[in-house]
Amino acid sequence: MTAHELIENLRSKFGASVKDIFEKSKKRLYVTIEPNDITGFAHFLFRDMGCRFNIATAVDSFDCFEILYHFSRDDSGIVITIRAKLKDKNDPHIDSITPIIKGAEWIEREMHELFGIEFDGHPNMKPLLLADDWPEGVYPLRKDFVPEQRDDRG
Amino acid sequence: MSHNERSMIPIGPYHPLQEEPEFYRLIVEGEKVVDIDVRIGYNHRGIEKLSEAKTFDQSIFIVERICGICSSSHPIACVQAVEDIAGIEVPERALYIRSIVQELERLHSHLLWVGLAGHFLGYNTVFMWSWKYREPVCDIMETVTGNRQHYAMMKVSGVRRDIEPEHVSYILKRLDELLPKIDMLKGAVLDDPVLHARLKGVGVLTKEEAINYSALGPTSRASGIPYDVRRDHPYAAYGRVKFNVITQEEGDVFAKAVVRILEMYESISIIRQCLDKMPKGPIDAKVKDVPPGEGIGHVEAPRGECFHYVRSDGANSPVRHKVRAPTYMNFPTFKATVIGQTVSDATIILAAIDPCYCCTERLAVVRPDDPNKTVMSAEDLIRLSQEKTMKIKNKMGIVC
Amino acid sequence: MSFKLNVLTKSIYVFHLSSGSCNNCDIEIIDALTPRFDLERFGIQLVGSIKHADVLLCTGSCNRLSAERVRRLYEQVPKPCFVVAFGACGCSRGLFKDSYNTVEPLDKIIPVDAYIPGCPPKPEAIIDGIVKLVKKLRDTK
Repeated sequence: MTAHELIENLRSKFGASVKDIFEKSKKRLYVTIEPNDITGFAHFLFRDMGCRFNIATAVDSFDCFEILYHFSRDDSGIVITIRAKLKDKNDPHIDSITPIIKGAEWIEREMHELFGIEFDGHPNMKPLLLADDWPEGVYPLRKDFVPEQRDDRG
Repeated sequence: MSHNERSMIPIGPYHPLQEEPEFYRLIVEGEKVVDIDVRIGYNHRGIEKLSEAKTFDQSIFIVERICGICSSSHPIACVQAVEDIAGIEVPERALYIRSIVQELERLHSHLLWVGLAGHFLGYNTVFMWSWKYREPVCDIMETVTGNRQHYAMMKVSGVRRDIEPEHVSYILKRLDELLPKIDMLKGAVLDDPVLHARLKGVGVLTKEEAINYSALGPTSRASGIPYDVRRDHPYAAYGRVKFNVITQEEGDVFAKAVVRILEMYESISIIRQCLDKMPKGPIDAKVKDVPPGEGIGHVEAPRGECFHYVRSDGANSPVRHKVRAPTYMNFPTFKATVIGQTVSDATIILAAIDPCYCCTERLAVVRPDDPNKTVMSAEDLIRLSQEKTMKIKNKMGIVC
Repeated sequence: MSFKLNVLTKSIYVFHLSSGSCNNCDIEIIDALTPRFDLERFGIQLVGSIKHADVLLCTGSCNRLSAERVRRLYEQVPKPCFVVAFGACGCSRGLFKDSYNTVEPLDKIIPVDAYIPGCPPKPEAIIDGIVKLVKKLRDTK
């Protein structure tokens, strides 16, 4: 399936829910959607289009949290990235895609731990990486994270 | 232990051979594993955050140290992500050098795995010999790159060091010497009836589960999924050479061993083709500036796909650098492969995905009625695994 | 004490402890036992239990989760036990010193007797380091 065909399929299935498509190259597609639509897109790409789930990336942008879900269409060498912007930085929520894709369980736990994003409906939201005594509400990958003062910092 | 009593067995966080600390809890009923929980984070070093404070050139050195064995895979994926942002064309000679270094890494990684698997099964001779034959590959690395591991070869828009003409004949000679040793290891592992009895049907990951978990590398290829980044999203010089993608259908530990051993032959073939076809020319396009944008780079590391995402705002440092190592996706397949298996098979099923914990993050069995009491250590579990092999040997009347 | 040290330096039992490393140092340590370098001919062995250790060989940059365990393991080791900080991460946290998850270098957590720098140190460096440690121990008797 070419990038063009993939885009056609997305548009015909989701219509206006596809807010924007950026074809960076024949192998790189970036599709912007509303956060509420993520489970529909994840299901379509993973189950209907046979794309593989690569990973998700959370980004602390100045006005929102972006979550990028990277999928691959391996028979044509395409990586398609779904972008959802969470505008409320004080209480960022999005539906979990773990019930659809088991492989997403860990990355959603990690994004929750490091950014403080809530994944509604996640079956196993437990700490993954940080120590048990890591302070609540401190999210190291946020841009406003202040590392503790240490004597050996130059 | 009564029939219905559940116990949890800890393996780790510090066990003598597999040296990265992690913490798995196996919950067992009698001899069978009924559930597994994993606590990683013992290796979490905050690399993604560190990368944001470094320049693009500096991040490569950090990224290299994500994992000792995928020491060229992560840098290649990282520089490819940055090159993807700007559409940078890398000189052809540099592409060949990247492939050569990566295939050498695959060779030494798979040899390492064969050794470790041998140890877990009680085949210490296989362990000693495969690590001994790994040494010439490390020698090649040291000759070509200057270090046995952590090669510092990659940079944005090229490679740092060239392969000198006198190195070419040295590499080919070492590979010629290595080939019969791999034949020997292949025979020792794949033709051994005890290993057939020990590993076939053990820790099966079905194709469906491999897809659900997005498993990668030999772990998924052993379950019949023919996905290999080198062929499906060609990068470096892989689009210019011929090689086979090795798959098996059974999805058990034996299938994973077969895939890794046969891949070593493909690696040697790829290196030979690259050395033969590599053109003369520059090794660095010397691009200095990275414009604003986002890029993705992915490569086939020995364990599976390494995936890097980089976002730039035109400054010297990445705004965001996401690193996803293959073991991160392969790890959770534990839930599908260990549950229902016996405790004595736990370590080898664990080892079968070739976990690079430092890429991700270690095992424990604890009594539920006294969670602080260790019932079995990792050493005990390895010993159980080795004893199972002995029992099978005795049953088959094989004298060792 | 000097009798114990005398015996210890003749055959060193090493317990390897990783506190959050990239695994390269760990591999080079195991490499030192394999046929090319063969540390075992000097009587040096890796042991599986901390209770048998004469030398604690520590790799890794001591992240938060590991640091507490390193401290506890050191307390459990029967003394005399000598600590060797192995690799750039063990010596000073190396590249990871500014990370939010690596708090203190190893020598602020437990006392260190020898440092083997390198990233990773070659097996020859391990042999050199152990030889120097043994000499130091024999000279202090």
